[in-house]
Amino acid sequence: MAVRGAIVVDNEKCKGCGVCVANCPTKTIALSHEVNGKGYNYAYMANPESCTGCTNCATVCPDSVITVYRVKL
Amino acid sequence: MDIKDIIKEENKVYGKTPVLTDNVMHYCPGCSHGVVHKLIAEVIEEMGIQDKTIGVSPVGCAVLAYNYLDIDWEEAAHGRAPALATAIKRLNPDKYVFTYQGDGDLASIGCGEIMHACNRGENIVVIFINNAIYGMTGGQMAPTTLLGMVTATTPYGRNAELNGYPLRLTELLAQLDGTCYVTRQSVQNPASVRKAKKAIQKAFENSMKKKGTSFVEIVGTCNSGWKMNPVKANQWMEENMFAKYPLGDIKDI
Amino acid sequence: MAEKILLKGNEAIAHAAIHCGCDGYFGYPITPQSEVMETLMAQKPWETTGMVVLQAESEIASINMLYGGAGTGKRVMTSSSSPGISLMSEGISYLAGAELPCLVVDVQRGGPGLGTIQPSQSDYFQATKGGGHGDYKIIILAPAYGQEMYDFVELGFELAFKYRMPAMILADGVIGQMMEKVEIKEQKPRWTKEEILKISPWAATGKTADRKRNIITSLDLDPISQEQHNIHLQEKYRQVEENEVRYTEYRSEDAEHLIVAFGCMARIAETAIDRAREQGIKVGLIRPITLFPFPKKPIEKLLPQLKSMMSIELNAGQMVEDLKVIANGKVPVHFFGRMGGVVASPDEIYEAIINKLK
Repeated sequence: MAVRGAIVVDNEKCKGCGVCVANCPTKTIALSHEVNGKGYNYAYMANPESCTGCTNCATVCPDSVITVYRVKL
Repeated sequence: MDIKDIIKEENKVYGKTPVLTDNVMHYCPGCSHGVVHKLIAEVIEEMGIQDKTIGVSPVGCAVLAYNYLDIDWEEAAHGRAPALATAIKRLNPDKYVFTYQGDGDLASIGCGEIMHACNRGENIVVIFINNAIYGMTGGQMAPTTLLGMVTATTPYGRNAELNGYPLRLTELLAQLDGTCYVTRQSVQNPASVRKAKKAIQKAFENSMKKKGTSFVEIVGTCNSGWKMNPVKANQWMEENMFAKYPLGDIKDI
Repeated sequence: MAEKILLKGNEAIAHAAIHCGCDGYFGYPITPQSEVMETLMAQKPWETTGMVVLQAESEIASINMLYGGAGTGKRVMTSSSSPGISLMSEGISYLAGAELPCLVVDVQRGGPGLGTIQPSQSDYFQATKGGGHGDYKIIILAPAYGQEMYDFVELGFELAFKYRMPAMILADGVIGQMMEKVEIKEQKPRWTKEEILKISPWAATGKTADRKRNIITSLDLDPISQEQHNIHLQEKYRQVEENEVRYTEYRSEDAEHLIVAFGCMARIAETAIDRAREQGIKVGLIRPITLFPFPKKPIEKLLPQLKSMMSIELNAGQMVEDLKVIANGKVPVHFFGRMGGVVASPDEIYEAIINKLK
C-alpha cells in the first residue's frame, strides 16, 4: 500500500447519521455500538488498516466532525 | 505503521474550517444543511473573505445559520432575505453578500422577493436548499414537494388538482436577464459535494464582477420530514428528486 | 442667510434626506406620497452624495431592504401611505425587535382598505400602538408644516440612532401635498465607514479578527432571555418617554378648555380657537409633535385649570382614548373628527367648540 490514512471523529459531536459509512470506499468506518452523551452511535474506524485518507467521509459529513490524516509510505 | 504516527498535524489533509464555529448544529443527523454550511465556510476561508462577507439567514431550519458560520449575519423575515441582501449589497458594494434560503422561504412566501432581486441583477449569491418539504414546522408540503409525496399537509400524497404542481423556480429564474449563473447541485456523495463547492465558489466570485445574480440550488434531503434514515434519504433523493430537479448548470454567462 | 424654497411636503422629505446624509431610500409608489421617490430619482443623489435610491417591488420588500441596510449601520428610509404601511407592519416589528434604527414616512390617506387617496389621520392607533405584532413602540413625529417635514427627517434619524429603534414621520395628505416655504440646510456628508463602526459597533459590517461576529436578529427561542429582551425594550421606551416628548402650545396659559390636535388639524384648530377666543371662550391648544412619546405631562399639568378637553382628529376618535386616560375622569373629554378623507374646516371646529365645550 502506497498510502495510509486515519481519521479522528469528534465522538461527542457525531450524530451517527452513517453517511460517512455509506461513502467510505474501503469500508474503514462503522458506527460504534456504544453511544455518546446524546445517545448517538458515533462513527469510528472499524478497520483502521484499510483507511487511505481519501477524505470522502469528512467531505460528506454534515457536522464536520471528521479530521483526516494521510501519509505516503 | 501505528495509527498515532499517522495522526499528526503535518499529516492532516482535511479538517473543520475555522470559519465554522464550534457550536453543535441543531440539524437532524445527516441533514444536507450541515454539508452546505461547511461548503460556504470553506469557500469563505479559501477566498480569504471572512471579514468581507455578510450572510442573510432565512426563516426555516436554517434560521439559526448564524450560530454556525463565524461571519456577520442578518436574520431575515420569512422569504425576505433577497430584499435584505439587495440593500446590504447596494449600500456596501465591497462586501460579499449571500442569502441562504429553503424552499418554503424562497419558493413560496418569498417568491416575489427572489424574482425581483434576480431580475434586478443584484450582485449577490443565493443559496437555495430544496428538500421538498417544510422541515422546521414539522414536514408540511412545500412548493417543491413532488406529486404523490406524503407530507403533514398532504397526508394522502400531493395531488396536482388539490395542491398544484412542484415548482421549478430555478428554471424560471434562469430566464431572467438579471441572473448570470444558475445551477442545481446536490451534496449526497463526495463527488457531488466537490461539484457543489465549486459552484458556490463561482457564485461568490461572480458577485464582485458586477455580472448579476448567482443562484445555486442544492437539492437536499430532510430525513425527519421524509421519515427515512439519512442514507436511505440520499438514495430516495437520487431516485426521485433528480428526475424533477435535474442537476447541472442551467445558465452560466 | 439660509435658502428658502417652495416645496410640497413630500418633496421636502426627499430634499431633507439627501441634505442630512441619508445612505439609502427604498420605496414603492403610492398616493399621496409618490413625490418623495420621484423627487429623489430626479435629484440623482447617487451622483453627488452616493445615496442609494431604489424602487422596490413592494412595500414588503422596501421595509425589508430597510432592515438589511439598517443592519449594516447605514441611515436608511422609506415612505409610504396607509395601506403600504399595513404591508410594512411586519417588517417594522422585526426592525423594532432587532433594535434597528431607520426612518419610515407615512403620509396617511383615508381607510379602511383601499379607502381614499385623500388626507386622513386614521392610522394613529397603527402608528402609536404598534401596527405589527409583539410589544414594541416606535418614535412617532407628527409634522404640521412643510418645514417640519424637512426638519423631522434629520431629527428622525437622530432619535432612531440614539435609541436604536425605528422612527416614523406620521404625516397626512394635506402636509404631504401642500406647498410651503421651506428653509434648506447645508449638505451634510454621509457617514464614513469609520464613523459607522464607531456609531454602530453592533452592525453587520464584516467580521474582523478583533471582534466576535455581529448578528442582527429578532429571534430568541429561549423565553427567559426573550423576556429579558422585552424588558430591555420597555426600559428603552420609558427613556424615550422621559427624554423625547415634543409639543407646541397655543393660547393655553389661561385655557379652561383644551384642544389637542396634531398635524394639519392643529393648524386648522388654531383658526377656530382664535374665533372662540373672540367670543370670550378660554380655549387653547396642545399640539403633540411626538405621538410616541405622547405629551402626557404637559397635558396633566394643565388639568387643574381645565373644565374640558377635546380631541380633534381626522378619524373616528383614536388619540381621544389617550386623552381620556390622562383626564382619568377629572374633566370631560370630547371628540370631533371627520373621516374617510374629509378635512375638517375651521368653521366646523368652531361649531364643535361652541356646542361641546361651552
